Parts: sequence; C-alpha cells; structure tokens
Amino acid sequence: MTPARFAYARPATLDAALDMLAREEEATPLAGGQSLVPMMAMRVARPALLVDLNALPGLDAIEATPGVLRIGALARHAAVLDHELVAAEAPLLALALREVAHPAIRNRGTLGGSLCLADPAAELPACMVALDATLVLASAARGERRVAARDFFAGLYATARRADELLLRAEIPRAPGWSPWFEEVARRRGDYAIAGLAVMARREAGRIAALRLAFCGVEAAPRRLPEVEAAVIEGRDAAALLPGLLAPLGSAEAPAAYRLHLAQLLLRRATEHAHAAA
Amino acid sequence: MLPPDEPLAEIACRVNGRAVRGRAALRQTLVEWLRADLGLTGSHVGCAHGVCGACHVRLDGAVVRGCLVLAAQADGATVETIEAAGGPEEAALRDAFVAHAGLQCGFCTPGMILQAAELLQRNPAPSREAIRDALSGNYCRCTGYHAIVDAVEAAARALRGPAATA
Ligand SMILES: Cc1cc2nc3c(=O)[nH]c(=O)nc-3n(C[C@H](O)[C@H](O)[C@H](O)COP(=O)(O)OP(=O)(O)OC[C@H]3O[C@@H](n4cnc5c(N)ncnc54)[C@H](O)[C@@H]3O)c2cc1C
Repeated sequence: MTPARFAYARPATLDAALDMLAREEEATPLAGGQSLVPMMAMRVARPALLVDLNALPGLDAIEATPGVLRIGALARHAAVLDHELVAAEAPLLALALREVAHPAIRNRGTLGGSLCLADPAAELPACMVALDATLVLASAARGERRVAARDFFAGLYATARRADELLLRAEIPRAPGWSPWFEEVARRRGDYAIAGLAVMARREAGRIAALRLAFCGVEAAPRRLPEVEAAVIEGRDAAALLPGLLAPLGSAEAPAAYRLHLAQLLLRRATEHAHAAA
Repeated sequence: MLPPDEPLAEIACRVNGRAVRGRAALRQTLVEWLRADLGLTGSHVGCAHGVCGACHVRLDGAVVRGCLVLAAQADGATVETIEAAGGPEEAALRDAFVAHAGLQCGFCTPGMILQAAELLQRNPAPSREAIRDALSGNYCRCTGYHAIVDAVEAAARALRGPAATA
C-alpha cells in the first residue's frame, strides 16, 4: 500500500499555496488526508505535487458575522462538532457530524476536504445544500469566487471547483426560527450513509412555513427538490413523489430500489417530525 | 523496501517527550516511520488505508490514524505512541483490558487503548452505546467487542473511584 511518488510542499501562506496550484497542473491540495491518503495508498489518486494546507494560518477559523456563520475549510470535523457557534447557528451540522466517520478520523478530516471530495454518500455536502450555504473559493488568477452550495455539487466526486482553486470557507446564513433534522441509515455508526436526509424547517403559527431538504447517499450529488418540499409543507404525500423524481444510485450492497425505499422512509420520518413539532 | 533514490523529507519533531530529527521517504506514513526508523512498534499497521484503527497515535494531542498522516507532516509536531501513553486513563484501561479479557491476539489493543483513553478524558461515565460509538473505527477480529466494552466500562468506574464501583 505505498503511494506512487509525489512531490510535497507545505506553504505558509495562502498566496503561496494558490501559486503552486496555478503553476503545477497536477497539484492536489492535502487537507485532513482522510480520503486523499487512502486513495493514494490504493493508487486511485496519483498527484504529482501535494500542496499541504495544514500550515495555512486561519483557514480553520469558525466565526459568526451579523449575517452568517463562517466555517473555514480546514476546520476539523471534531472542532465543528464541538463548537458553540455551530450548536447555536447551524445545529444541523452537529447532528450530521455524529454520523461522519469515527473519532480519530473526525480529529483530522476537514469540512473543506469533505465538500471538495463530494462523495455521494457524504453527509456534509447534503447539509450545505439544506442550509443554503455559500462556498467561497479562491485562485491566484481570479481571486475570490462565491458559489451557492446547490450549484457546487455537480455529480459523483465532481464539483464546481476548478483545479487551481482552493475552498476557503463555507458561509451559512444565520437563521433564527429554523430547526434542523438529520437521520441516516448506515450499516454501523460512522459508516458512510446508504441513505441520509438533511432538513431545515421554519415554523410559523403552528405550521411549517418553509422547508429545505437534501438527501445524501441516494443520488450522485445532493440537490434541492422543490416539489417535494412543497408537498411536505402542504401536508401532501411527499414520499409518493420520490420514485418519479429521484435517480438513485445502485450498488451490490444497496440496490437503487432499496435506496429509494430508504429515501421514502426517511422523508416520512422527517415529515412526521416537522408536523409534530409545528 | 523503497528504492535508494527515493525523495526524502527532513523531520524534526517530538516523539514520546524526546526531540527527534530524522528523514523519511515522502511517501512513508507516520506509523511506518515510527515503526521502522524509531523502533516504536506498538502502533500496528493493519489495513494501511484508514479503516481498522490499529495504527492510532496521538498527533498534537489528538488521536489520529497513523496510516493517514504522512511522516513528513509530523515535522514540527508532537507525537505520542502507546509506548509512552502512561496517563491515568491508559493505566486503568490496561488493567481492565487484562481483567476483562478485552484482548486476545493484541493486534488492535494499542489503538483501542488510545481511543478509549480519549473518550474517558472527555466523558468519565460513558454509556455502553457511547463506548461502542467511540470505538466504532477500531476493528477487533478476536473478542467480538463485548469484552472490550466491559473493559472500558470497568476502567471508567475505576477512575471515578470507590463510590462508583458499587
Ligand atoms: C474509515 C473512514 C470512514 C469515513 N466515513 C465517512 C463518513 O461516514 N462520512 C463522510 O462524509 N466522510 C467519511 N470519511 C471521510 C472523511 O470525512 C474525510 O475527512 C473527508 O471526506 C475528506 O476530508 P479531508 O480533510 O480528510 O480531505 P483530504 O482527504 O485531504 O482531501 C479530499 C479531497 O478534497 C480536496 N481538498 C481538500 N481540502 C481542499 C480545499 N480547502 N480546497 C480545495 N480542495 C480541497 C483534496 O485535494 C482531495 O481531492 C471516512 C473516512 C475514513 C477513512
């Protein structure tokens, strides 16, 4: 399990890191390494140059501005899971992160790594869509660029990030009055989801006034489903819409029909919860 | 064996309280370097891709997979392995693993002890479910886990003192 040869650099400034990504075509950022290092060990990934982000100052900051909660790309899963501001402003992330991997992996893995990898089963990309987050990217050539999470995830392990860009942070709108729900089905605690559902709901006068949801593990990439959201709000049978709308992934362990079944089950549970709490 | 022209990284770090300077192949992982160059063979290489937890070490105070950190990344860091893990949690866990038969072949034990110690530092009275969650990333192929959960529960009780033993 020895990776193919690579060159390695640990830049001390963001500019230096962005320069390396701009100059070297096969440069690959290294964050927590919890996905990239095993991929290299199995030689699924063969980067020419690893640009280690771990010495970049401030890239792991978690801070609230008047409008948004900012979580730096290098914030470790464990730090996000335990952070007071996250508990107060984006509790959906704390619910989901309990299901993300195991403690030792959460000690090292980062928000940015998870979002840029875009594993279809990963919890955090779905959360970012449900939270209506904005992802802030930077490159040497074009400076900063903002992409809505719903436009960032483009398919299996595919995102809107260009090869010369780094993800700097996620910005999550502070949303008083909204409450989170997250559940997934996995073989064991910490495994990737076979199917999971992230929901944000806002209640007003005893009814659901607004709702955003995104599945993980079900389709190639998380996305909003406006028809389904409307059906949940109006109290119609939203789960009945899923067969016509979803294109579930299939695998030996979890065929497409099974993932669709789990998606319906999760949506029914979420709907029940949302209406009961309203 | 890596070829003789292998590109190397210079590493200066603290390992088990000692200042260490050395070189590692760029594509060598931290656990491989600790075992091969520093003779610290307590951390084990099981799956070598992050799944089994036998390679756990502490990096700057946090338990991590030694196979998912490059040796080069330990430059400037503080590393602790099972050989030096002598805090009260580890001592209580070691005794409890023996008393409750929480190990058979012992391959997974160093990783289990480090992970369980981190749990007990944060949560002195974990439920059985919390213990299973905390150890969900540590594979054991002998015990069936039950005895390990018993051992961690017993270590937690012992650390809380006589009042909790009843
Ligand atoms: C046994 C095991 C179980 C796991 N279970 C789960 C799980 O249940 N759910 C889950 O979501 N994840 C799981 N993971 C993956 C874990 O969450 C990873 O931490 C995460 O997917 C990647 O984050 P990282 O920081 O380790 O990124 P890395 O592995 O360092 O990088 C991942 C990718 O993102 C790119 N990248 C990283 N940071 C940036 C950045 N700032 N800008 C641009 N590109 C960047 C890298 O170039 C690479 O392509 C598991 C991992 C293991 C080993």
